[in-house]
Amino acid sequence: MGDAIRFLLGEDEHEISGVSPTMTVLEWLRGHARRRGTKEGCAEGDCGACTVVLAEPGGAGGLRTWPVNSCIHFIPALHCRQLLTVEDVAAPDGALHPVQQALVDLHGSQCGFCTPGFVMQHYAGWLAGSLTDRAAVKDWLAGNLCRCTGYGPIIEAGLAAGRADGPDTARRAATARRLDTLDDGRMLDLRHEDQRWLTPRTSDELARVYADNPDAILVSGATDVGLWVTKQHRRLTTLIDVTRVSDLAEIRDEEEALVIGGAAKLAAAHGPLARLSPDLGELMRRFASIQIRSAGTVGGNIANGSPIGDLAPALIALGAQLSLRHGDRERTIALEDFFIDYGRQDRAPGEFVAAISIPRPGATSRFACYKLSKRFDQDISAVMGAFRIDMTEGRVTAARIAFGGMAATPKRACNAEAALIGTAFQADAVERACAELAADFAPITDMRASATYRLESAANLLRRFHLEVSGAPTSATRVWELA
Amino acid sequence: MNERPTPSAHKGAVHRPVIHDSAERHVTGSALYVDDMPELPGTLHIHVGMSERAHARLRAIDLQSVRTAPGVVAVLTAGDIPGVNDVSPVHAGDDPIFAEDIVEYAGQPIFAVAAETLQAARNAARLARIDYEELPAIITLDEALAAATDLAPAPELRLGDPDAAISASPHRLSGTLHVGGQDHFYLEGQVAYAIPGEGADMLVHASTQHPSEVQHLVGCMLGVPDHAVTVEVRRMGGGFGGKESQPALIAAIAALAARRTGRPAKLRLDRDDDMVMTGKRHDFRLDYELGYDADGRIQGARFEFAARCGRSLDLSNAIADRAMFHADNAYALPNAYVHARRMKTHTVSNTAFRGFGGPQGMMAIERAIDEIAFALGRDPLEVRRANVYPADGSALTPYHMAVTDSVLDELTEELAASSDYRTRRAAIRASNAESTAIKRGIALTPVKFGISFTTTHLNQAGALVHVYKDGSVHLNHGGTEMGQGLFVKVGQVVAEAFGIELDQVKITATTTAKVPNTSATAASAGSDLNGMAAAAAAQTIKARLAAFAAKKHNIAEEHVVFEAGRVRIGNQEMSFAELAHQAWMGRVSLSSTGFYATPDIHYDRATGRGRPFYYFAYGAAVSEVAIDTLTGETRLLRVDILHDAGRSLNPAIDMGQIEGGFIQGLGWLTSEELWWNDEGRLRTHAPSTYKIPTANDRPDDMRIAIWAKGENREPTIHRSKAVGEPPLMLAISAFSAITDAACAATGYRAFPRLDAPATPERILMAIREATGRAGKK
Repeated sequence: MGDAIRFLLGEDEHEISGVSPTMTVLEWLRGHARRRGTKEGCAEGDCGACTVVLAEPGGAGGLRTWPVNSCIHFIPALHCRQLLTVEDVAAPDGALHPVQQALVDLHGSQCGFCTPGFVMQHYAGWLAGSLTDRAAVKDWLAGNLCRCTGYGPIIEAGLAAGRADGPDTARRAATARRLDTLDDGRMLDLRHEDQRWLTPRTSDELARVYADNPDAILVSGATDVGLWVTKQHRRLTTLIDVTRVSDLAEIRDEEEALVIGGAAKLAAAHGPLARLSPDLGELMRRFASIQIRSAGTVGGNIANGSPIGDLAPALIALGAQLSLRHGDRERTIALEDFFIDYGRQDRAPGEFVAAISIPRPGATSRFACYKLSKRFDQDISAVMGAFRIDMTEGRVTAARIAFGGMAATPKRACNAEAALIGTAFQADAVERACAELAADFAPITDMRASATYRLESAANLLRRFHLEVSGAPTSATRVWELA
Repeated sequence: MNERPTPSAHKGAVHRPVIHDSAERHVTGSALYVDDMPELPGTLHIHVGMSERAHARLRAIDLQSVRTAPGVVAVLTAGDIPGVNDVSPVHAGDDPIFAEDIVEYAGQPIFAVAAETLQAARNAARLARIDYEELPAIITLDEALAAATDLAPAPELRLGDPDAAISASPHRLSGTLHVGGQDHFYLEGQVAYAIPGEGADMLVHASTQHPSEVQHLVGCMLGVPDHAVTVEVRRMGGGFGGKESQPALIAAIAALAARRTGRPAKLRLDRDDDMVMTGKRHDFRLDYELGYDADGRIQGARFEFAARCGRSLDLSNAIADRAMFHADNAYALPNAYVHARRMKTHTVSNTAFRGFGGPQGMMAIERAIDEIAFALGRDPLEVRRANVYPADGSALTPYHMAVTDSVLDELTEELAASSDYRTRRAAIRASNAESTAIKRGIALTPVKFGISFTTTHLNQAGALVHVYKDGSVHLNHGGTEMGQGLFVKVGQVVAEAFGIELDQVKITATTTAKVPNTSATAASAGSDLNGMAAAAAAQTIKARLAAFAAKKHNIAEEHVVFEAGRVRIGNQEMSFAELAHQAWMGRVSLSSTGFYATPDIHYDRATGRGRPFYYFAYGAAVSEVAIDTLTGETRLLRVDILHDAGRSLNPAIDMGQIEGGFIQGLGWLTSEELWWNDEGRLRTHAPSTYKIPTANDRPDDMRIAIWAKGENREPTIHRSKAVGEPPLMLAISAFSAITDAACAATGYRAFPRLDAPATPERILMAIREATGRAGKK
């Protein structure tokens, strides 16, 4: 087994051993590598000032690149990858990259503290060929906060960079070859003081090491576990990294269902989910930032059990099934049954999310989901509502309504559903269902919303769904679609 | 007085859109902030132990296990302070560095740990055992008003006889508006790095808008004279007022650790600690009563404000004063009364934030005008235009200052035309009739913002300019760079004076050792004050050079002309560098200080009369929004801005201030909500819960223009106008537009009582409440 993290920092090969595996990439950069261009703005992956780019062999161009928040990424994430920071973007002779030049020319920096993060996010977008139009650039920037400029010049700079020549393919191929030589294909087993970090490479290996270490914490993009370290200052002892378990990251477009492996990245699932339902696509667009979606997984979002995780209500409404594996045993349950209570899920020690199977809504189904938050982009929902009804011969034959933010877990609105079944889904039935929501839920008041607002807006989301099913164009019901 | 300066051809001259001097360093990550500086060997890292209670007596502070924890070098409490345990910017004695017997907010520093690593300091701090005896806590403004916790007497402004005028008016209205606070959310958190020198000397690298105050308060804390302390700041990663008074606490703790251990010590707050421990924009309760005529002309107005100051005075007096000075915003009130109470609560002490009370002060009258227009069935723009300060200088403010430079009538009409406001408003009202779930709204609001520190003696600045014998120039002044582009603007001023390229001017870090006794870089006055001081310094050197050249070549001084990097001396010409070298050989001093004090301002706080402002900055904005009446979600669809920056020193920099200020104001009034729980703990203390605008909140259709006719009537630096704060208040147009859309949700039958920030929840509740009233009609 490997006991050192080997990677490229820019063009230079590095090896890290003998340090805590829960050291963040940002801490290593600023403290150990003394690269201080990368900034800490929040230490929770919400401001983007710490954005860096990772690269690994694979993908269309031979080298897959993506941006991450270095403040919550642990250093084992660097293994066999290339880490690019703001210091790597300009040419060796100091000539600015088009991304940098555009930010300079268009007055895209004021205080400059967020700027390295914007440079890297734009750079990642440029590498990925994603800076195609204004909407794409703005989505690409959803995880980067600037308090000075008002964003206009930064958006323009992204557009300008998107028009520049793309990356040097020969250089990318050479980097991919160098990275290939770093990977000996073995499981990494890092030990430091009381800490241990394991990176199994296959589902079977994962099942075995997790069964052997049932108290271990499974970690992928560390978009939540990272905060246990940077915010709660917890000492995590045994961690199992699922990001190298390639067969757990598969996404299969089957005829009846979309099957998403437990370790599939949110970013990878975005397209398939959008094809299953445009609303899921919009949900994923607003689901945190590109950096977070590039790191976090669908399985993590579910297994985490958060009452405000956005995917669970949507997938519950769609009737998703969850496959859980322990050792060689696998079982399948309805997703809603996974969530028992706040912080409690139906998951045994050593058991992990193998896959989520999402049935495709049929021709008789209508599905919509809506996210309500104080800010449109990258905000945790106050209420997340998902609605699916099946209608045959003008009658509701099945109704699945699920909410996040309304209870201690993602939860179905069983009373409201019952009020709709058998009806013609007309206003009076919808009003009865809205009234039943008060029997289904007793939400709390917190910093995101009051209980009153939660209950009232939850009912109004059902009314919105009714308007849309009744034929209202989304331009009349979805304010975010207005230009 | 009306001559326009002619822009020179060389780059770097004033009035040109020169890039920020640090732009290339920003994009390459090579711009150094305090936490990026290489640490000296032995540097300690500090973590602060904070109160868990909003109001409590400290029965016992047991730090024994903190002291013995691994890596800990020093544990500091109030007892370790050699001098004064206070960092009040107004020397009120109510801002202890460490709490002694009582804690008055959750987050108040009680002790600090200095350790070999930050993690060691943090781990150790968690071992503290604090025994609290809980005391009753006053958290909200309404609780404070009920308990009459006034921190200071509130002065009054009075013009004419407002009560009689209101009584005599044909129409009257009154109302209450709550306006929330705002966290600065500078991307770089508070940080200071203290390096002990020999004897009592202390060097502090601080992220501060006010190095002189940090110097003085660190000196008081250490019990040493100001001369022993040097404070330096090259740049801040954003300030917005949050680094005016607050950095003294951070610097004092770092300097105390450095003094007690003899080792360099750094304190950098992480985001959560920063948001919990340091002050924010004041939230206000605004009560108003107005009388007006059938055309909507205001006859008399009464404004009773209350500001939540938090646990101490800090700058609250000046902030509440500025709120009062802006109760009129852009409108001539023939009779007015303004009053603003300063309420103590057991929450973090609120502080300066871009606009400094002005934005909150303006909200009441803008709300009232929307309400007048609703009551009269008029377009609010008509009512606004009927009340704006006339250009003829005939109207007085509530503090008896004649407004002689008003461009409001012209500016608002020009914007109404260029934005097609009237046509769009009609179209919106027509389309709202057809739309059930989504309603649109539009509003044009003006801004008039007073420029000068209202504390008159602060309106002074110094600069230091050296010309080296190779012709390169070293520029230093008392202003600080927080991203607003002050350094490049002042650099342009000096380059213009010498007729040289901007890149020949080295813009250097602000330090108390070069320019003493400076005021904070605040009140939008940075370039007004420091630009003039630097110009004066350059002028002194230039005069010496001219005298030297004239004497040497035996011609009159006026025939020595500096331009385009050359100096013409009669028929001869040489480079600026050659002249500098010759002057050095000729034993001429090529270094000078410069000084500026704003003329013609005075204010008597006791009588509420005077001319506190040298001039006014003006602007106006039109916002169009759409709201979802089922959820309260909002989109800002289009913004048009026309802003008066005078003769802009640097239009690119000023455009950045305008757009950035607007979006920051938009955040304040829409998505940024500070939320304390019942125990007085701030629950929105990181970007996961506190939502500043993102790129997607900026409307694609944003049309910003600097007013082409703008020119300062006063002889400010190249006739420019201050631009740092005023644009923030242009975002009030978005709030008014949301109010208009919420009104549409009632079928224009009731005026919604929307408070700020207009979160989806507040919008939905305002619609529900107003619809209820409309139903009863």
